Amino acid sequence: MFDSFLLESIINGLLLGGVLALLALGLNLIFGVIDVVWICYAELVMIGMYAIYWLYVFYGVPLPGAVIAAVLAVALLGVLLHRLVIEPVLGTAPINQLLVTGGVLFFLQAAATLAFGIEFRNLGIRMPLVEFGDMFFSFARILAFITALVGVFLLWLFLTRTYLGTAIRAISQDREIMPLMGVDPRRIYLITSAIGGGMAGMAASLLVLQYDVHPAIGLSFGPITFMVCVMGGLGNMLGGFIAAFIFAQFISVGGYLFQIEWGYVIAFCFFIAMMFIRPKGLFSR
Amino acid sequence: MDNRVLGGIGIAALAAIPLLGLGNYHLHLLITVLIWGFVYTSWSIMGRFGMVSLGHGAFLGVGAYVTTMLWNGMGLSPWLGIPVAMLVSMAMALLVGYPCFRFRIVGHYFALVTLALGEVVRLTIVGLRDHTGGSLGMTVTGVPQGTSLLALQFKDRATFFYVALLVWLAGLALWRIVDRSMLRYALEASSEDEDAAASVGINVTRAKLVILMLSAAMTTLGGALYAQYQMYINPETVSGIGISLQIVFAVIAGGLFTQFGPTIGAVFTLLLAETLRVSFGHDIHGLDGTIYGILLVLFIIYMPKGITGSIIAGLSRRRAVPPAPAE
Repeated sequence: MFDSFLLESIINGLLLGGVLALLALGLNLIFGVIDVVWICYAELVMIGMYAIYWLYVFYGVPLPGAVIAAVLAVALLGVLLHRLVIEPVLGTAPINQLLVTGGVLFFLQAAATLAFGIEFRNLGIRMPLVEFGDMFFSFARILAFITALVGVFLLWLFLTRTYLGTAIRAISQDREIMPLMGVDPRRIYLITSAIGGGMAGMAASLLVLQYDVHPAIGLSFGPITFMVCVMGGLGNMLGGFIAAFIFAQFISVGGYLFQIEWGYVIAFCFFIAMMFIRPKGLFSR
Repeated sequence: MDNRVLGGIGIAALAAIPLLGLGNYHLHLLITVLIWGFVYTSWSIMGRFGMVSLGHGAFLGVGAYVTTMLWNGMGLSPWLGIPVAMLVSMAMALLVGYPCFRFRIVGHYFALVTLALGEVVRLTIVGLRDHTGGSLGMTVTGVPQGTSLLALQFKDRATFFYVALLVWLAGLALWRIVDRSMLRYALEASSEDEDAAASVGINVTRAKLVILMLSAAMTTLGGALYAQYQMYINPETVSGIGISLQIVFAVIAGGLFTQFGPTIGAVFTLLLAETLRVSFGHDIHGLDGTIYGILLVLFIIYMPKGITGSIIAGLSRRRAVPPAPAE
């Protein structure tokens, strides 16, 4: 029997995978290059969502302008995060770098509560539904999916086709030799943080079209983003990209067959199981 | 003076506190410090060896929910429910810990696996909403008179103070036993270099499993105690990433490597939250979290040993450096 609802949830999972892939991309870039996990990455996305919301709803900035401003703002936030928080602990125990961004998570989440209150806010834009056969898809999700693909492609072009991108990849392969070759690691780290932040801002602009923004929204995206990155192999961008789609299927189809929480539970259990089978990620050599 | 004498005096002084006739509010603060001090100690007993868990909320949640569900649903006394919950937690720790340690999942990876575990437990609690009340939380069914040893419910706060004091002291004692055992040296060696530790005959996997299961069981007890005291539990307050990070923060603030560090962390965070609440009131949401976050960042950058660790380091430096000769 052909189950069009199941097909619908599979395709929706595919679209969700695009968003997750975009979320994971920035985090993976940061980890691959600087060797630091930004536990507060999803909170940067949340800040980006608020930035778009305020610019668009309160100051009447047209949506494209608001999106560009938000991407720039979150990129700047990424640079600040690196300069003020990560740089002082770069030489210390690796786990300190993880925990220090945990502090930033607390801070950003609480500061957003302080500044914006705990209300759920949305842009008030009704995105059209796309009808295909007897299945319905959200236009916002399709847009997110396409943007994610384009974003991944652009980042890949940047990393492989430009001098700066090559320097970034080189420093992620050997952070002792590259300074001797005339690459300034501090500058590369700052640029990487800016790109990673910009990626978070881009993800924010796509998420804000689909979801209400509230201070705790980072907690609902954060864990799943880390799982995607770790399962793909931290720092392995292609791995993270594929893992995002696998995860999204678990959430979407599991959520369709049972309940939405169970979709997540299955996805997390799958993650824990995968850690034992391939501890260094799905595509480790 | 002998440390043992000092300890005895300290315990006697603590035990005498309820006799001072403190109000319910101050007694409540003390009980809260004792319960959380115990939970934080349970985390640090393992965290001090470089095994940073971001998912201790999982064990806390199991402790609170399994005990309460057995009591509410089947009328099983917490005296039996707590051991059952501890067994569940230890089984969970074994299931996740064994492959983790066997395959050398350490550092970032270990932290993220435990983070996933914490989320699994939180979402399971929400998902089982027919039995747990989902995100709304659940109330522990009270006994009619309000006090029952069998139900571990005490109307009088002073009685509960002694229960919490006893558990907290047991936690400190366990910390000391681990501190003086071979296990400590084995784990310290493993946290420096697993290969070298294994080459001198340390069974790294077993040593790590023992400490993880001990920590899990203790945290479970803490969660159950919290449920028995508050009589209301909620998936957000006993499991998930928020509470797990709160545990880590308090321990780091207090001091990860000292016996009393976690308890000092509990005092510090509670005082901070209460001071802010008293001076600014309930209306300003998020103020305490904002300050926590900034403090956590500052602590890790400038005082990675925490309050107690820095004091001890300061004292020993003063002792080690002889006073400069007068010119």
